[in-house]
Amino acid sequence: MSDLHHDPANITNPEHHDHHIVGPSTYLVIYGTLLVLTAITVAAAFVEMGALNPIVAVLIAVIKATVVILWFMHMKYQSKLLKLTIGAGVFTFLVLIAMTLSDYMSRAWGLW
Amino acid sequence: MVVTQPGELQEEHEHEHVHLPQHRHHFETEEQQREAASFGMWLFLLTEIMFFGGLFMAYLLYRNWYNPAFVAASHTLSIKLGALNTAILITSGFCMAMAVWAAETRKRKALVNFLGLTNFFGIAFLVVKYFEYAEKWHDSHIPGLKFSIADFGKLGVDMAQKTQVYYSLYFAMTGMHALHMIIGIVLIFWYMVRANRGEFTEGYVAPIENFGLYWHFVDIVWIFLFPLLYLIDLGAK
Repeated sequence: MSDLHHDPANITNPEHHDHHIVGPSTYLVIYGTLLVLTAITVAAAFVEMGALNPIVAVLIAVIKATVVILWFMHMKYQSKLLKLTIGAGVFTFLVLIAMTLSDYMSRAWGLW
Repeated sequence: MVVTQPGELQEEHEHEHVHLPQHRHHFETEEQQREAASFGMWLFLLTEIMFFGGLFMAYLLYRNWYNPAFVAASHTLSIKLGALNTAILITSGFCMAMAVWAAETRKRKALVNFLGLTNFFGIAFLVVKYFEYAEKWHDSHIPGLKFSIADFGKLGVDMAQKTQVYYSLYFAMTGMHALHMIIGIVLIFWYMVRANRGEFTEGYVAPIENFGLYWHFVDIVWIFLFPLLYLIDLGAK
């Protein structure tokens, strides 16, 4: 049997990722970033931008969530399997939103 | 079995891993076991995304349907308390990340302390939440329990009644979020006892890492709840 196909230690696999340890200095930078983004989203809410207000708020929330997932949840250092897993979760959530809204919007939207 | 320090091992062979007693027999290697546990945790979090996703979908739809009611009702929330709680929760998340680091670098005392801090800020969040809920009780803004449209007279009776949809979603979403935090806080107390015994600082860090994923996920839910419930209608009249 070839070692190519039996690789329990995942050594010959080019996708192999070592157990990466993220250190305190990185966490501090991420912590500061999240606090600054929180301040920005609160400040932005007081600026009247009409329809842009919710868009800006959600955009900042998406950036914050991405930062948390990449560094606090170590996704940046994980294998492609795990990256694909979280991607599948986000995609399925967007399907939930898109399909439900397209259904409602095609049935007497605005006539309730 | 030879117990060696990870540093020594890395000099011998970059990819060798310490064989630990926690290594279960149905996994060929320690690393395979760790990846499988991490993968399983992420699959659980995907079900959580869909669980909260349903609530976010309901919020999105009803917000569009009953916009004036949602604008008026969201104005009754305290942005100061919401922002304070966001900062508290981010601090708690930072402490959790540091706890994971302490476990990975085998610092037993630091791990126990950071878990304690994570829990302290988690509980602080719930205390602030309690005062927010108490205010809702005082103002009769709790659908089905103590509700009055007195504060929303200018919307007209029909639309004023629809503020109940907003408050129902507010309590459902922040309530489910708080329930997740309560479960997390109970688990942290248990992990603190085990961490104090040194269970997670001998190379077996999967429970702490995977709990960290859960705690950060709960953070992310709040990162979306805060702008959606408190902020986005601030400019609207």
